[in-house]
Amino acid sequence: MAISLNKMNQPQDVVYEQFEDLAQQQETYVIGMWAFLVTEVMFFGVMFMSYVVYRWKYQPYFYALHQELDWRIGGINTFILLLSSFSVALAVHFHQKKKKMQTLACLGFTNLCALAFLVIKMLFEYIPKWNHGHYPGPGFTWDNPNIPGNIAQLWYSLYFGTTGLHGLHVLIGIILFSVLMFMIAVDHPAITDYLPTEMLGLYWHFVDIVWIFLYPLYYLMPK
Amino acid sequence: MTTQVATEEKNYLQEGHTLASWLLTKDHKRIAVLYLISVSFFFLVGSIAAMMVRLELTSPRGVLMSNETYNKAFTAHGAVMIFFFLLVAIPAVFGNFLIPIMIGARDLAFPRLNLLSWYFYMAGGTMFLIAMMSGGVDAGWTFYTPLSSIYSNGQITLALVAAFVSGFSSIFTGVNFIATIHKMRAPGMTWWRLPLYVWSHYAASLIIILGTPVVAITLLLVVFERVAKIGIFSPELGGDPVLFQHMFWFYSHPAVYIMVLPGMAVISEVMACFSRNKVFGYKFVALSSLGIAALGFIVWGHHMFVSSQSMYQGIVFSFTSFLVAVPSAIKVFNWSLTMYKGSVWLASPMIYALGFIGLFTVGGLTGLYLASTGTDVHVTATYFVVAHFHYVMVGGTLLAFLAALHFWWPKMFGVLYPEAIAKWNALLVFIGFNLTFLPQFVVGYLGMPRRYHYYYFAPEFQVYHVMSTLGASALAISLITPAFYLTYSLFKGPKAPPNPWAAKGLEWEACASPPIKHNFHGVPVVVGDVYDYDAEAEERALRGLPPKETH
Repeated sequence: MAISLNKMNQPQDVVYEQFEDLAQQQETYVIGMWAFLVTEVMFFGVMFMSYVVYRWKYQPYFYALHQELDWRIGGINTFILLLSSFSVALAVHFHQKKKKMQTLACLGFTNLCALAFLVIKMLFEYIPKWNHGHYPGPGFTWDNPNIPGNIAQLWYSLYFGTTGLHGLHVLIGIILFSVLMFMIAVDHPAITDYLPTEMLGLYWHFVDIVWIFLYPLYYLMPK
Repeated sequence: MTTQVATEEKNYLQEGHTLASWLLTKDHKRIAVLYLISVSFFFLVGSIAAMMVRLELTSPRGVLMSNETYNKAFTAHGAVMIFFFLLVAIPAVFGNFLIPIMIGARDLAFPRLNLLSWYFYMAGGTMFLIAMMSGGVDAGWTFYTPLSSIYSNGQITLALVAAFVSGFSSIFTGVNFIATIHKMRAPGMTWWRLPLYVWSHYAASLIIILGTPVVAITLLLVVFERVAKIGIFSPELGGDPVLFQHMFWFYSHPAVYIMVLPGMAVISEVMACFSRNKVFGYKFVALSSLGIAALGFIVWGHHMFVSSQSMYQGIVFSFTSFLVAVPSAIKVFNWSLTMYKGSVWLASPMIYALGFIGLFTVGGLTGLYLASTGTDVHVTATYFVVAHFHYVMVGGTLLAFLAALHFWWPKMFGVLYPEAIAKWNALLVFIGFNLTFLPQFVVGYLGMPRRYHYYYFAPEFQVYHVMSTLGASALAISLITPAFYLTYSLFKGPKAPPNPWAAKGLEWEACASPPIKHNFHGVPVVVGDVYDYDAEAEERALRGLPPKETH
């Protein structure tokens, strides 16, 4: 079978045996995805709650510690994620219109943004901090006399824990986007309508929204 | 439905006989059977650990095990029973089997996710068994920090990962139920016609998706603290171990309702069928499930009255804990009133259901003693607490599980079990249970601490412990017996008709025993109210009288 880039050659609009019609199937998938996103919100809720508790307890130190982060790098990453959210919304739109080329292009751009986010995070944040010994654990080194070392370690635990969990979600997003793009590109028979793109899009918006909260909490803390 | 068609057609059990046809099945009914076998196995493991605990406590000096072994035994009992039996048993077995049938669907919304949840459950269970066998876990099922994160040398990491993985199994089931109940109901099956069974499972699923991720990530943080020494809960780093308790109980108190709401689901069905009556106050019972789910999330602090929580917080949590008694009481009163002017039939599921109501009431009322900050200080961490939650968990969930097993066994496997043995056995469960746990209220009130492997300081407690161990032995016998007669019935039991209890509901009235692969021929259309039993009409028919004239 020849694979065309311009139109979708998949078996379109298949209804699985447990459903009555396509509308029911699609609505059910979307509800399932939202229910899953609720669990994701609660996952991150724990990290946000821990942050709230300890910032309440150690606000002056936390303010001093947040200056360890560069708000410009976080800002660039925020902008990149917002762009990727926009392009994934476009991808859903094009998939609904069954325009294969445009769908793939938008998904590709989204994936590129996600990758850029991780690369920037690694190169300009994680690796320099790691080299300075600013990571939680027995190897933690700290020489700022104004901030107790244990509070700094707690702060870095929260920072690495929360952004690490978020980064893991970005990584999972990259893998899923790549698989989806491959399946769309080769007209895989499991892609029968735009729902996979829509559901992955919902996931990606969620990942972005988490960052929208993380950025001000960690990078733009008021005194 | 003609019986001829039903006998000629293959039921779901005959759709394939290979191992692969079971292990790769996407049929919700087959997955339910897989779950039934696995939860029974884990129940056996948890029960053996319980018997070890009970045997140790027959002597005041604790001669059978060292304190460390004892810690591992009660941890194994608690963790296996909670994570691998109570949280899973009713939703994953009977919820899986019945929810699609009760709402008139062919399957759950996401069959592959459903199968995946079973594999996650088995993976978690296997990891926990390995942790138990290769050194054991001694931190208690609550895994409190800093014991679990710093001091304990057991296989805590593996056990925590096991709980984390099995949590995902729970989440998958919850997501599946919510999507199914929202979108897959048959024509005419409106929200107010849903069986109360479905309402309760819906409420439990909401708790699962809101609560389980919280404990999952909390346990993961403890793993990171053990492995990578990050320190969210470490006092050395300015962290707060009590924060762990808050986040643990934020899930683990609502988890009690994940365990008991599906039990309540079963009781509603059984009470209606064996009272031949509508469930009294249907809407109140339905909404009380949601009420329990909502209030259940704001009571967790009552586990920390003595954990350095502020007094004002304690007062608020005490008040909210009293509030949650209201929807629970609504259910108990409404089930009792369902029997009023009904025609009560003491079949074995009904005996279990009546046992549930009695024991759950005792468990609930003693919960109020514990919700009062003053009394709680006196009985904190004593056998009073142990007795209280066993009345709710065993008297509630386990009895409901047995009621469900007996009620739907003919539907699931198409065979009838020996009812006389089942009835006497139900009575023995009730007696054995009370003999085990009533003495624990007394000995707990007198000051016997929980999680101690000896009590040489108070040898007068021995009589209560011996009573309790005797009761536990009777309970053990009465819990093994059904395994025998139910297995026997699979091979030698008489064939069950589609509706042996003359019960109402799609699973009985529109579905063969055992059901066919897609449950129904075509899509059932629902007309009329749920539970339209009419005891008087049934009695008239039984006595050969004409139907009552209506005006």
